[in-house]
Amino acid sequence: MSSVHLDVEAVRADFPALARTVRNDKPLIYLDSGATSQKPVQVLDAVRSAYEQHNAAAHRGTHLLGEEATDLYEGARAKVAAFLAARPDEVVFTKNATEAVNLVAYALSAPGRLQVRAGDEVLITEMEHHANLVPWQQLCERTGATLRWLDVTPEGRLDLDDLDNMITGRTRIVAVTHQSNVTGTVPPVAEIARVAHEKGALVLADGAQSVPHQPVDVTALGADFLVFSSHKMLGPYGIGVLFGRAELLEAMPPFLTGGSMIEVVRMEGSTFLPPPQRFEPGVPAIAEAAGLAAAVDYLTALGMDNVAAHEESLTAHALDALREIDGVRILGPDTTKDRGGAVAFEVDGVHPHDVGQVLDELGIAVRTGHHCAWPLHRALGVQASTRASFYVYNTHDEVDALADGIRYAQRFFGTG
Amino acid sequence: MQLESMYQDIILDHYRNPHHKGLRDPFDAEVHHVNPVCGDEVTLRVSLKDVNGEPVVEDVSYDSLGCSISQASASVMSDLVIGKPVAEAMTISQAFLELMQSKGEGQPDEGLLEDAVAFVGVSKYPARIKCALLGWMAWKDATAQAMEVAQ
Repeated sequence: MSSVHLDVEAVRADFPALARTVRNDKPLIYLDSGATSQKPVQVLDAVRSAYEQHNAAAHRGTHLLGEEATDLYEGARAKVAAFLAARPDEVVFTKNATEAVNLVAYALSAPGRLQVRAGDEVLITEMEHHANLVPWQQLCERTGATLRWLDVTPEGRLDLDDLDNMITGRTRIVAVTHQSNVTGTVPPVAEIARVAHEKGALVLADGAQSVPHQPVDVTALGADFLVFSSHKMLGPYGIGVLFGRAELLEAMPPFLTGGSMIEVVRMEGSTFLPPPQRFEPGVPAIAEAAGLAAAVDYLTALGMDNVAAHEESLTAHALDALREIDGVRILGPDTTKDRGGAVAFEVDGVHPHDVGQVLDELGIAVRTGHHCAWPLHRALGVQASTRASFYVYNTHDEVDALADGIRYAQRFFGTG
Repeated sequence: MQLESMYQDIILDHYRNPHHKGLRDPFDAEVHHVNPVCGDEVTLRVSLKDVNGEPVVEDVSYDSLGCSISQASASVMSDLVIGKPVAEAMTISQAFLELMQSKGEGQPDEGLLEDAVAFVGVSKYPARIKCALLGWMAWKDATAQAMEVAQ
């Protein structure tokens, strides 16, 4: 099972964290990239260079450093736009994917052409991360709209049999994950978007787990909005992206307000800049944007097709290895078809916290709990789970170490 | 390996055979506590009785879903507080809380904490302290509510 066109050892050499040891002097086996990815030196250097050489407030100042900071920030926007095959003015920088969802949910409850009203419907899914769920509950509470959701099948897929009835003439927006952070499921967003658009509904795709791991072209995806976070795609914390179709962003009122987003301010009232600046108040995260741009360069150089192929190969290996262990149940699809590299599982008789603790002693970092997807866990009939998630730097040996670690946990707790 | 320092035999024994588990009547207060990080939960009931004007823990019963640490801790806690005056049980609860905050450096009073001294290893792992405290915090909350009812 060799990875095509991706030299994992060369990649690993770029990630300082992967060279350190953890508990019991074990080498780090990092299988928690779904929570946050490690960062390559190229990204760390870009952040450091921004602070060392170009530190100034972007979009202000008549000095050279200010110009350079603005170039870094706007250059990052252009890079992100190219990465998504979007236009730069359709890329809004936010704090993270969560803030991006909140921005859209807020805009849809404010007066304007897009305002959601009592009697309208918002459609989400049972598979969502809380970040693409709670803001829509709140929107419905504010507006009197009705929240509906698509169920999850026992196999961890979205139940789309009734899609035509679930999206009605009253549906204003459909918010759906582009890749589950628990089961790795990749729902057919383009198909959902086609039905939604036929009925006049908007579509927001949560790309937090897809944009880092597969090629994403916003036109092919068909969503009106796409959100994701830098820190899950090799970039720094504190910066995320809202892609929005230009004519929609144009119709949206500002979310957070203050400096940098205004056109004219008088004591009686203010007018606002066009997007994307309308949604970016305050001095922006320039070094973080530079880091994100470096992450985009890094992923582009690897090739997103290669990234996806590498992860598919690791995921196939993990599914095979876990299936062989008695007492382990994989949550979600058991093949790599329409499935990314997050593999959540249950171990009979051993609570996920205890599985995670044993794996940690072996140097293996995984996520345990409900992974901010409590309704999904309920739908799959489990209290909590253990999740391994893969990225560009993971190896097949690490997948084998995970399987060995699970067996060790079973022996330790007397269940294997 | 440090696993054995966290998962001492006492803990694993309580996990496999929890004491006082299962909800019982009568009770003076019932609470439901959740660890929002992992979804672990406990429903816990407290029954108090008056002994010469002093409240005493007559019974603690609980139903819980969770990891070995949270399960074992609830079991040990119920052993420790049932039959004790509330004031004394609160002292034990406070001692356990301090042990959990000791980052593995605690010198627990075995006479006071009995089986609960086994949890000293857990205090080295910040992510697990909440697990060990889940049952205790539920008991404290339920007892406070029961005392209010009594007054």
